[in-house]
Amino acid sequence: MDFLMNPLNLMTFFPLVGVAIILLIPRERKDAIRWVAVVTSLVSFFISLWMLSMFHAQNPNFQMVYDKIWMKTGGFEIHYAMGVDGLSILLVLLTTLLTPISIFSAWTAIEDRVKEFTIAFLVMEVGMLGVFLALDLFTFFVFWEFSLVPMYFIIGIWGGPRRTYSAIKFMLYTMVGSVLMLLAILWLGLSQGTFYLPDLLAKGVNLPLHLQSWLFLAFALAFAIKVPMWPLHSWLPDAHVEAPTAGSVILAGVLLKMGTYGFLRFNLSLFPQASVKYAVPIAVLAIIGIIYGAMVAYAQKDFKKLVAYTSVSHLGFVMLGLFALNPLGIEGGILQMINHGLSTGALFLIVGVIYERTHTRDLNAFGGLWKIMPIYGAFSIVVALSSMGLPGLNGFIGEFTILLGAFKSPVLGPVFTIFAATGIILAAVYILVMLQKVFMGPVKEKNLGLKDLNWREITVFAVLTLFIFWIGLHPAPFFNLMGPSVEKLAHGLQAAAVAMH
Amino acid sequence: MTFSDFATLLPETALVIWASALLLVDLFIPKNRKGWTAFLAVLGLAAAFGFALAQGRGMGAGFGGMVVSDGFATFLEAMLALSGGLGILLAYDYLKRQGIERGEYYTLLLFSVAGMMLMAKAADLMVLFLAVELLSIPLYVLSAFGRPREAGEEAALKYFLLGAFAAAFLVYGIALTYGATQTTRIAAIAEAVQAGSANLPLLAFGAGLILVGLGFKVAAVPFHMWTPDVYEGAPSPLTGFMAVGAKVAGFAALLRVLVLAFPNLGSQLVPIVWTLALLTMPVGNLAALTQKNIKRMLAYSSIAHAGYMLVAVVAFADAKAAPAAVAAVLFYLAAYALTNFGAWAVVVAVERAEGKGLEIADYAGLGRKHPWLALAMTVFMLSFAGFPPTVGFVGKFYLFRAALAAGYVGLAIVGVLASVVSVYYYMRVVTTMYMREGQAEAYGDAWLKVEVALTALATVFLGIIVAPMFQWAVQAVLKM
Repeated sequence: MDFLMNPLNLMTFFPLVGVAIILLIPRERKDAIRWVAVVTSLVSFFISLWMLSMFHAQNPNFQMVYDKIWMKTGGFEIHYAMGVDGLSILLVLLTTLLTPISIFSAWTAIEDRVKEFTIAFLVMEVGMLGVFLALDLFTFFVFWEFSLVPMYFIIGIWGGPRRTYSAIKFMLYTMVGSVLMLLAILWLGLSQGTFYLPDLLAKGVNLPLHLQSWLFLAFALAFAIKVPMWPLHSWLPDAHVEAPTAGSVILAGVLLKMGTYGFLRFNLSLFPQASVKYAVPIAVLAIIGIIYGAMVAYAQKDFKKLVAYTSVSHLGFVMLGLFALNPLGIEGGILQMINHGLSTGALFLIVGVIYERTHTRDLNAFGGLWKIMPIYGAFSIVVALSSMGLPGLNGFIGEFTILLGAFKSPVLGPVFTIFAATGIILAAVYILVMLQKVFMGPVKEKNLGLKDLNWREITVFAVLTLFIFWIGLHPAPFFNLMGPSVEKLAHGLQAAAVAMH
Repeated sequence: MTFSDFATLLPETALVIWASALLLVDLFIPKNRKGWTAFLAVLGLAAAFGFALAQGRGMGAGFGGMVVSDGFATFLEAMLALSGGLGILLAYDYLKRQGIERGEYYTLLLFSVAGMMLMAKAADLMVLFLAVELLSIPLYVLSAFGRPREAGEEAALKYFLLGAFAAAFLVYGIALTYGATQTTRIAAIAEAVQAGSANLPLLAFGAGLILVGLGFKVAAVPFHMWTPDVYEGAPSPLTGFMAVGAKVAGFAALLRVLVLAFPNLGSQLVPIVWTLALLTMPVGNLAALTQKNIKRMLAYSSIAHAGYMLVAVVAFADAKAAPAAVAAVLFYLAAYALTNFGAWAVVVAVERAEGKGLEIADYAGLGRKHPWLALAMTVFMLSFAGFPPTVGFVGKFYLFRAALAAGYVGLAIVGVLASVVSVYYYMRVVTTMYMREGQAEAYGDAWLKVEVALTALATVFLGIIVAPMFQWAVQAVLKM
């Protein structure tokens, strides 16, 4: 009982209640199954709001901590530990928001094996929330690895023509990084005598710099594959293009954030000196990712592939912000994670809407859609401009803060800002070209009969657009939530930077 | 020979007597009622299981130090008795379905289990050798049980010849060890080395040959050649049992001999075990990648799993790391046994007459037609591949922890990378079940279904509630 009284545990494992109910429903009753899934994930969302109401934004430490010894072996303990702080709370909220949205969005798109589909999504939510909340390295790894499995099924069963290839590619790529991370976790646990993150943070990792560097790199590899950073991104276009729309939304919206969150939570927090040491090479890779992602996105003829490559570019910004190693950069990075989750999630939904109606994603097959589908067009423009970074919308706030952070960074500097800024210009190019191809110009004859959004789709887009405007116009509440935790983290990093020079 | 001597050997003695009696009783059981033989055999194993547990942390040495009952043996005997029971559940319906049902299957299996248990208790190299023979000879016979299937006969002959070959290595190794130390008592060998009265080069050579002999039993590369053919040719339920029993017994002997007899021969033996581990993991996993037949795939996968366990075995000579390594191997053996029985139960369920239904492609569509069976198979494949929250993940975690604690970072890296390779072929089964359309069928009686369900639940449950079993494994360490 004690276990379930903690909001974090309750929120994380509540989706399993839905799984149990869905198992009892006959598979013909698809709508009942869908409703149960949506309602369960909404309950998790409301629990996350409850968590938010109890969260003290001024407190930089972990809150609502639940910590029990999981197993005790040969003189050292493995904890099951959950907790939330300013670094993770927004990502938790993003997860609980996007899960019902994506299940809801798949209402008519998924007709085959609905039961398995909804179960996969709910199980996925457990894994994702666990990753963001785990406070023990072992617990974290369990959730991290576990979250691969439902996504493998989502891509592999309900995906496009090359789904099995993409699913296994996604899995193997991620595994290569994560098994090396497992060894790093083991090494860290063995040398420090604990896997419990608050203990590790309180004592500081007591290892010589070259060992710290190795551990840093092992963690970084796992997270860099997940983000994905250039040049480890090649699984992403395949996975995104083949995944069903709802899967892409979760993949882009949440799963990729597990990588950036990992950098934040483990690399920056546990190995501040190694972070300073490797900040410049990582930032360089981030900038290559920004520019490369944008250029490749521009060259795409497939709508979905275009959106997939924008992720490479946007997450380059996030990485740049994190490795600016100052409060401004990190706050921008975290906010940009949320922004990317909302905007790119919405972009994938936009692709999904048109794909469901026309069964093509070829950008040249559209044109003038605004005239036929005005509501769709309006939402699309808002979302696209947010992704582009138009002032007044959320993307601008995130990118601007990151650029500012990089500019003032103790380890990076103006050069990085200049190169990263070209990424924003390139983003304008591919977004505007995309808008032009899809929404302007003459209408193709076969598209004349397309229906505009239905109430379900409008609800989904309305929610996402609300947040896009909210963050764009009044980002202060979001920054306030993360502020103290980021300050604390940045403080440690600055001390490390001083110690290094 | 006193009563207490027999008390130390109670599980084995009881099992052998029971099996001998059953051999006679079986003559009076009508041909269409062989279920009784199976039932009685399970009863005998249950008794052996109870006796083994009753020995708890052990009763000390018996028969003048020829055998020893300790926590290590108890852990393994309980596991082996359970494996025997699961092996019978696996076989009952299958033998009927394939028209090869005979009572001897169950009695021979009991003898083999008795041999495996004896192996866990052997405190003398002579007993070890006897145990190896007692466990192997019934398995040779059982491999050919699918008569007149040629594949089965080929498998049996191959297994027999290579097994005899391995036994020869073992005996020769024992002889040389005796020559070097004037004893075959496991504990006395280490004492002789410490006292400096042993002929070290000769002993190292003998120990090396013993390693080769046991390497055959656990199917470590390069002594693995027999595995795929035998696993493929033998009746599927037997393969499932053999893949667990022979491996468990082999590792039991390997651990006891290395940790207790040769702890001071680290500089000579560690490189050998290290090399075996280094070869076994990639070879097993890479060969499994290309298999189309699920029995061969599982055969190579069992080789790979032996490789992971060898990673921890390498730590035997490090007095500080050895107890944790032994515990890790024991835990992994249990994890492997559970997962393996589950997977083989599914193989048995899907197999059709005349060896049909054994290609991985035959699993296409299983996810639609038999969702629960497919789900269980997914759990087993994930456990084999080492995904949380299954027992296979925790097992690997402990193995690699033991390797890192002893400082074998390179080996651990090879191990985890090899396990990434394994994800590909395990997930291919899952892919086939869920993502390819097909007409997969499943057979099997209620017992088989019970076995699938139990092992699947245990695989997940023990992956989450880890502490009790691991505590048990930790207490089961080897002491002088």
